[in-house]
Amino acid sequence: MARIGVFLCYCGTNIGGVVNIPRVAEAAKAMPEVVFVQDNKYTCSEPGQLEIRNAIVDNSLDRVVIGCCSPRMHEKTYRKAVESAGLNPYLLEIANLREHCSWVHGDDKERATSKAIELVKMAVAKVSRHESLFPKEVPVTKRALVIGGGVAGIQAALDIANSGYEVVLVEKQPTIGGRMSQLDKTFPTLDCSACILTPKMVDVAQHPNIRLITCAQVSKIKGFVGNFEIDILRRAKKVDETICTGCGVCMTKCLVRTPSEFDLGMRDRSAIYIPFPQAIPLKAVIDTEHCGHFQYLKARQEGKDVPDCNICQQTCPAEAVRYEEEDEIITERFGAIVVATGFKTFDHSAYGEFGSGRYPDVISSLQLERLMSASGPTSGEILRPSDKTHPKTVVFVSCVGSRDDNKGRSYCSKICCMYMAKQSIMLKEHDPDVQSYIFYIDIRAGGKDFDEFAQRAQDEYGVLYLRGRISKIVQDGKKLIVYGEDSLLGHPVQIPADMVVLATGVEPNDGAPELAQILNVSYDTHNFFVEAHPKLRPVETQTDGIFLAGCAVGPRDIPESVAHGSAAAVKVTALFSRDTLTTDPMVSTIDQMRCVGCLACAEVCPFNAIEPQVLRDGRVVASVNESLCKGCGLCVATCRSGCANLKGFTLQQLLAEVNSLWR
Amino acid sequence: MAVEFEPKIVGFLCNWCSYAGADMAGTSRLCYPSNIRIIRVPCSGRVDPLIIIKSFQRGADGVLIAGCHPGDCHYTEGNYYARRRFAMLAPFLEYTGIERERFRVEWVSAAEGKRFSNVVTSFTDQIAKLGPRQARIGKEELV
Repeated sequence: MARIGVFLCYCGTNIGGVVNIPRVAEAAKAMPEVVFVQDNKYTCSEPGQLEIRNAIVDNSLDRVVIGCCSPRMHEKTYRKAVESAGLNPYLLEIANLREHCSWVHGDDKERATSKAIELVKMAVAKVSRHESLFPKEVPVTKRALVIGGGVAGIQAALDIANSGYEVVLVEKQPTIGGRMSQLDKTFPTLDCSACILTPKMVDVAQHPNIRLITCAQVSKIKGFVGNFEIDILRRAKKVDETICTGCGVCMTKCLVRTPSEFDLGMRDRSAIYIPFPQAIPLKAVIDTEHCGHFQYLKARQEGKDVPDCNICQQTCPAEAVRYEEEDEIITERFGAIVVATGFKTFDHSAYGEFGSGRYPDVISSLQLERLMSASGPTSGEILRPSDKTHPKTVVFVSCVGSRDDNKGRSYCSKICCMYMAKQSIMLKEHDPDVQSYIFYIDIRAGGKDFDEFAQRAQDEYGVLYLRGRISKIVQDGKKLIVYGEDSLLGHPVQIPADMVVLATGVEPNDGAPELAQILNVSYDTHNFFVEAHPKLRPVETQTDGIFLAGCAVGPRDIPESVAHGSAAAVKVTALFSRDTLTTDPMVSTIDQMRCVGCLACAEVCPFNAIEPQVLRDGRVVASVNESLCKGCGLCVATCRSGCANLKGFTLQQLLAEVNSLWR
Repeated sequence: MAVEFEPKIVGFLCNWCSYAGADMAGTSRLCYPSNIRIIRVPCSGRVDPLIIIKSFQRGADGVLIAGCHPGDCHYTEGNYYARRRFAMLAPFLEYTGIERERFRVEWVSAAEGKRFSNVVTSFTDQIAKLGPRQARIGKEELV
């Protein structure tokens, strides 16, 4: 007979306000094997945990049920409390009375109470079949992988490297720097974006603990926290990185011209190119899709006759061009991973009524950023794309791809209000004759000095803010007529503009959900990565050892991304501060006496944790490698002879839960 | 006066997506009928058809399985096995006299509190319409 103690938490009024805890306690006293019942205002508090500890000792309890919030919230807390009383921490079961009961049945207290009683009953039935479990110790590989070389990833990589651990920084593009490198100025201080970012990029390149792999992405992951084995797919650059000096001769000789991704199509680049002058690493890469040599190779395969081009190979002073270079897969071991894949801006062609794509002078905010940049296509002179004249009337349209359910983007992108204020100020700085108009829904300027900055745009730079959305943009000769509504005045307005800037929202980078699937971490309906807890564990994922940083999680500005990157780095270094990790003991077991050796379990195991074992009598049976097993229980449901079981979720425990409902 | 039928539904939720999705429904205070009793499992692939049959045998009016969306399984492919397994189980349930509508498999992610609430509400309504389970499987004895 077990001696079970039941502890019921009011959680202030969160549970107690809906569920009648004294009634649940009364019912719990009558449950089989329950010898002790206690309620508490806040069980998770220090005195609450102490009470659990004392009760275990005083009443010789050997099993504990806690009726409180979700086990995903406080299971670890209570395991520690139980352990401090000398009990095995796995002799604990939590009845989820808050998230699964009081918070969702607040409309019916009576039913919520009877449900709570049953939830406790299920936990009691399950816990009586719990067994002591003992975690194992495994060594930690003290190397970190950072995915994404934007400002968040750079910060995370630098912080981890400065703590003395090796870092591999993987970047999909040919250069690190991310979105921040495309910006001209930053709000609200009008710091030059490149001036504050490039020193950090150089630090990454020169840091003895950081290895940078560009044009690369993660293709496969094996293992678990402390011991990940990761395949990194490095796409062929067709240029030997170790030899290329970044002199740029090849770029001047190349005959191909194709729109530059870095300048968002506002300028052309060659097929062999360095994305921008401050790129890190400052090495050329060949875009095989457009390169004349690779088009020649492709045409030859199809039997067509096209002249070959190898001008870059001929002219490269360092002889670094390698047409024969192939993609390679680099397999390395890591202890922790930081995902900082960043964002891209919303594709505004979804708004046909704004004429995006049809009217050359309707541009996105990031394109304007390139126009303003001294290293941009116009060397910082603001010239509208159609006729290269200076625009005098500029209309900004906010929330393009933000706060618009019709376009599947219900969220606020957070940064647009501020960058519109910044860009309108900068336009005036470039050309005092410019008049900017901003169509907005709300001005969201929450942040240090943000509201003052937005106010300054109006007071000192004469930017006119018009509250309302626009309905359409029509080209009329050289002007773009913007039809909108001033909802404060309550009447329609028309503004003949020279240029229209769409404040495109933030969305996750391409490939984010695919990466999430490779890494086995959650992502939401908008493809942003999901944190382990939105408030208290903002940089962790549900998968131990995988951390998040920057806009991959949701829209945020530069200081927040930097802070997020540092926070992720601290989590990684905390993990690396230990030499060993304890593994989850909730793994599969095989009853080898009953095993018939069909090995159906080994076939379904996603982690190759089950291997055949030959017993002394020659019988072949399945055997679980506990350090590989992650405890999914697939083998248990598959086993035909019923000899596989999952510790912590045994068949007997699950059946006990089911049965208790009708007892 | 006839007593209103209160269906009893057992829900097996995978720890990583659907259990978290149910938590999210709680955090967002999205009310749903209180008839469901949630059992946490590591993966929808852990759910043995035996447990489902046993649940019905004991008297469940409905059984809900919820796991990660296909492709998003925390264990890479557990939900694919679950999907196949339960596709096989459904006709068998019908053979034993349990209406197919009493058994449902759904994919709910950790971020889909609203979806979880909707799933439970619609499933509970569906079971309530079906009424109490008529067919009995074997002797309903304790295990």
